[in-house]
Amino acid sequence: MPKETPAFKIKNANLPLFVLHAMTPDMTQFKLQLEAHLGQMPDFFASAPVVLGLAAIAESDTTPDFADLASFMRQRGMSIAGVLGGSMQQREAARNSGLGLFPDTPTRTTRKHAPAEPPPAIEPAAPVPEPPVTEPVPAPEPAPAKAAAVPPRHPTLVIDKPVRAGQRIHAEGGDLVVLAIVNAGAELIADGDIHVYAPLRGRALAGARGDTAARIFAQCMEAELVSIAGYFQVFEEGIPAALRGKPVQVVLEGERITLSALASVR
Amino acid sequence: MAKVIVVTSGKGGVGKTTTSASFASGLAMRGNKTVVIDFDVGLRNLDLIMGCERRVVFDIINVINGDAALSRALIKDKHCDNLFVLPASQTRDKDALSLEGVERIINELKETFDYIVCDSPAGIEHGAFSALYFADEALVVTNPEVSSVRDSDRILGILAAKSKRAVEGLDPVKEHLLVTRYNPSRVAAGEMLSVDDIQEILRIPLLGVIPESESVLQASNSGTPAIHIDKSDVAEAYKDMVARFMGDDVPMRFVAAEKVSLFKRLFGGH
Repeated sequence: MPKETPAFKIKNANLPLFVLHAMTPDMTQFKLQLEAHLGQMPDFFASAPVVLGLAAIAESDTTPDFADLASFMRQRGMSIAGVLGGSMQQREAARNSGLGLFPDTPTRTTRKHAPAEPPPAIEPAAPVPEPPVTEPVPAPEPAPAKAAAVPPRHPTLVIDKPVRAGQRIHAEGGDLVVLAIVNAGAELIADGDIHVYAPLRGRALAGARGDTAARIFAQCMEAELVSIAGYFQVFEEGIPAALRGKPVQVVLEGERITLSALASVR
Repeated sequence: MAKVIVVTSGKGGVGKTTTSASFASGLAMRGNKTVVIDFDVGLRNLDLIMGCERRVVFDIINVINGDAALSRALIKDKHCDNLFVLPASQTRDKDALSLEGVERIINELKETFDYIVCDSPAGIEHGAFSALYFADEALVVTNPEVSSVRDSDRILGILAAKSKRAVEGLDPVKEHLLVTRYNPSRVAAGEMLSVDDIQEILRIPLLGVIPESESVLQASNSGTPAIHIDKSDVAEAYKDMVARFMGDDVPMRFVAAEKVSLFKRLFGGH
């Protein structure tokens, strides 16, 4: 009743979360194998909220019975915080079963701008409340909820001195721009993109928190290793001759790191 | 204002102590009051190279611990009146070098000397760190081979991040590259990195190139800094390097004739 004391506050948090990817639309088989797996390490999930990944079964016509699945998993110490990916029908069904909807794999748009589809008003990593409820938690006013869901945009980290062997630069939550040489044995890490406007001879790891849309741009590509969202590529024989020392961009295509010459598009 | 110069490399055996001895002697020969400190506690060598090993009574650790006054530990060089040596301890280890103790010594030396040359041990551990921490300028000694260049790169990173100047946000430590054991004909044969190759990686100003030479070995075995070996190219190269350090414009000698490409690489990109 006293208006001065706020009953809740909304904070953005980046909490560790497991994603349990469903690899088959056949939920009987899914439950069977999960059961067997959990039997081997019963405490593995220990009431930790998990996200159910539906990307692999998005093409399937079947829609899992999410209410049944949620209760099956709860009995085994797991709680589903929400679903990730999936077809329209699957996501609709998940929502109707009281599960949260995580936006499809984080994309550039969700990282840099407001998401096209407003995310559901649910704290990303909060454990699912009691039995499936149709109404999400306290239902705060929509405006702050939406704002809280947009990850804070960290300013770009700009480095204008050589990055030398043994040095590691980490741009947390944003992009990294390096204007000087990055030598062999140095390491660049960014949660966003990495730009190097000088020879890149060390390691560069973009999308360090899993942004698969992150990219690496190097004016003079001679890297020892590049990585995007955890997928990495080493160059034991050096960078392929056609790209060595050239302006190159590195992108993740599916699960494959690809290097291509940076040419101006007319 | 006294200047503190660290002679460092990361890698061992590249010529730090040889360079410290000749560089300090060269500064003193030009009339500067100079002191050279051996930071290689436990593996003391500078006194041998300077030929004063039989005159060591007190060392830097004795001074840090207050067992001896600084003036009693300083050894006057046998070649130059302006040059003194502060030897390392042979019986202690590098942990005995406290930063406070080193700072006290350096501040006291600054009152009397123009140049304080710190001969760093190899590695990136405490001994090397205490040698470079108070530096105003750094002589990075590099051999023309990849592992030496990479270790120099590492040391440059530490200078830029962990030296007193870096920590306190002052002007950065001024860096100089000194390439030692350089053999132009082996460079031409592709067996050694060229000065260009080294600069392409390290990207700091080149102060000098010291040629590979038998006379360095003779010099150290006889306890005479190489700069005193008359008519040797090594002595000439060290004198050139000291002159450049003092601001003279001296052309680079003992380098393969690739000047054009060097400047192209330096200023023209890749």
